[in-house]
Amino acid sequence: MKTTYRDATRAAIRDAMQRDDRVFLMGEDVGSYGGCYAVSLGLLEEFGPERIRDTPLSESGFVGAGIGAALGGMRPIVEIMTVNFSLLALDQIMNNAATLSHMSGGQFNVPLVIRMTTGAGRQLAAQHSHSLEGWYAHIPGLRILTPATIADARGMLWTALQNPDPVLIFEHGSLYNQAGDLPDDAGAVDIDTALIRREGADVSLITYGGTLGLVLEAAERLAEDGIDAEVLDLRTLRPLDDAAILATVAKTHRAVIVDEGWRSGSLSAEISARITEHAFYDLDAPVGRVCSAEVPVPYARHLEQAALPSVDRVVAAAREAVGTHG
Amino acid sequence: MGEFRMPALGADMEQGKLIEWLVKPGDYVHRGDMVAVIDTDKADIDVESFEEGVVAELLVEVGTTVPVGGVLARITQTPAAGVAPAGRTAPVPVPVPAPVPVPAAATSGSVSPPVRRLAHSLGIDTGDLHGTGRNGAVTRADVEAAARASAPAPAPEKPDADRVRSSPRARRVAGELGVDLAAVSGTGLKGAITETDVRRSASAEVGTSAVAGTSAEAEPAAVTEPPVTEPPVTKPPVTEPAAEPPIPAPADRAESLRRAIGTLMTRSKREIPHYYLSTTLDLGAALAWMAEVNQARPISARLVPAALLLKAAALAAKEVPEVNGFFTDETFRPSRAVHLGVAVALRRGGLVAPAIHDADTLPVEVLMDQLRDLVGRARAGRLQRAEMADPTITVTNLGDLGVESVFGVIYPPQVALVGLGRVLEQPFARNGLIGVRPAVTATLSADHRVSDGLRGGRFLARMEELLQKPEEL
Repeated sequence: MKTTYRDATRAAIRDAMQRDDRVFLMGEDVGSYGGCYAVSLGLLEEFGPERIRDTPLSESGFVGAGIGAALGGMRPIVEIMTVNFSLLALDQIMNNAATLSHMSGGQFNVPLVIRMTTGAGRQLAAQHSHSLEGWYAHIPGLRILTPATIADARGMLWTALQNPDPVLIFEHGSLYNQAGDLPDDAGAVDIDTALIRREGADVSLITYGGTLGLVLEAAERLAEDGIDAEVLDLRTLRPLDDAAILATVAKTHRAVIVDEGWRSGSLSAEISARITEHAFYDLDAPVGRVCSAEVPVPYARHLEQAALPSVDRVVAAAREAVGTHG
Repeated sequence: MGEFRMPALGADMEQGKLIEWLVKPGDYVHRGDMVAVIDTDKADIDVESFEEGVVAELLVEVGTTVPVGGVLARITQTPAAGVAPAGRTAPVPVPVPAPVPVPAAATSGSVSPPVRRLAHSLGIDTGDLHGTGRNGAVTRADVEAAARASAPAPAPEKPDADRVRSSPRARRVAGELGVDLAAVSGTGLKGAITETDVRRSASAEVGTSAVAGTSAEAEPAAVTEPPVTEPPVTKPPVTEPAAEPPIPAPADRAESLRRAIGTLMTRSKREIPHYYLSTTLDLGAALAWMAEVNQARPISARLVPAALLLKAAALAAKEVPEVNGFFTDETFRPSRAVHLGVAVALRRGGLVAPAIHDADTLPVEVLMDQLRDLVGRARAGRLQRAEMADPTITVTNLGDLGVESVFGVIYPPQVALVGLGRVLEQPFARNGLIGVRPAVTATLSADHRVSDGLRGGRFLARMEELLQKPEEL
């Protein structure tokens, strides 16, 4: 079945709503407008205003309402327009959703799923373009998912809804138009493991979400030069699949982490640290990183592109790790 | 305050005679530095320190016989007042002229490894020295005298010269392969040594060093001036009275070795309930593979069947832990490592069985090199402590003498001994056909307190299986 990342995401929501009447969707413009990225187009007509709920522009308010609904036995899917806006709801996410299970001694779970768009590349400027999923991956009590493929867009939501604790799903804005094949019987997928998207022997390119595509392209470029790169898609940023990360490093002895977030204090820093902690004697080169420039993401197209990880930068970092500088 | 004691260089050793000090008071010793040469009944053995610190006092004169455990020297953790550390102080940096390569000349007298190392670090070519030690051996004092005479100071090392830029992976692989990183040139980031560089260096070394020593010795030493040819003779700090030859005459030593072997073998037969197994190993595949590999090798680096058999025995011992380890205090302690004792007949009579360490992990060609080296040093009477004390299982090979099979006596506290006979062409029946195959009779003598015939048989069966795929050894 030919489909797109957007349609697969919508199919996942529809499937969940059909299978479980406790599931509902709410967020800014998800109803009448069909969603800011048209993910929920048509769902209002199909499921009605009780289950597809438009909210006021008040992230803290409607995320809090979602937490309350989850505590009350519902299975809410809350959509936040972009990760930048999620900061308005950070207090609810961090101080309430992430903590209640622990503070109640396990008496209250918060089975809430929050979807939001992340990432740059579409000239939406600094207030709509950042990649802050690494920040959320810092918080105990949350599970952080970054579907990078159509199959994961289709399959992660249902598994996330079965999780008794809050799950945040980050959909990179550049992925919605990605087209591809999806098996007709595609369904739920695991949300625990990282996956090798390309086998290789010379260097491990570790990435997730919006940068998976350019990393795979970089791997093909490297193959033309005789460098056999392995690509690991993290899929879940919290908890990280340490075993998969260490296994690929043990295999190739070289790692480059590609993360659209900023470098300082980032998820890429965390992965690099784990590699040096647990695989130091497997390393044949320093761990490399390709991250975004440490500036608010620029609006001007050429500046924005210059600030983001690119195929060229990934290729250069991989070459440096392998030790060829041609 | 640490103490350097007379070590037990084998299960049967009760005492040893100090025949040379390799350090003097004030020297700084690291763990593993050779500090003395001990004469056991079997060989002269270089003994290392287990302490790090400054040698405060040598308590025993050369020539003295000391029981195992007796204190030979005191080592302090910090330099005592008035005792300045010597030998390790950094020389004053001076501009270095272009290094003059000094060919490694053959020496008439022998040079012990620690003295060679000292000579190398001081830039002295021992080939030019007149040895004042026993049988013309070059001693530490000879080298130091030559170094003093060849002032100005020898070539200083760069301050960071001992820090080799290398990846963690490269360091681990270098450790596993025994490669000296200082001799490897790096091709990685900013000249860092990578795993590839180490493996390239290791394979080059194996190809060329069949007769040479370590790469460090093979390198020409950089000196500012040729060392003087006749150094002033200075006495080492502790010397033996010249009138008393401390070393037993060869006849005495052979007799004493015979006595030691007798004691140990009596104990073995009295205490260990031996059982014996024998099987014939088909060497067709192994010898065909070896012949093919040898075609590409210089004569000095060629493999012999023993190397394949030893490797197979080591791997089989790793898989059947009941034959690999020590039985002490009524308890068997299996060894994780396989230190393969190799029985070496000595020309003056008797035998020793020093260890090839971690033989199961060594590539066959490396094992071959170590076997050559070990046999050579065993016959020259220069073995190291660990080689004598560490074997976890021993192999005896009497095939050279034409013996077809050997049922050996276990060397306590080990629990098994593997016997190998002569490689013979034999008629072999297989699949209803008779053919002629090279084969060897392998036997296992094992300790019934630890294993039964079932496990012992498994060991021999594994040897047979392993030898059918020689390229995987």
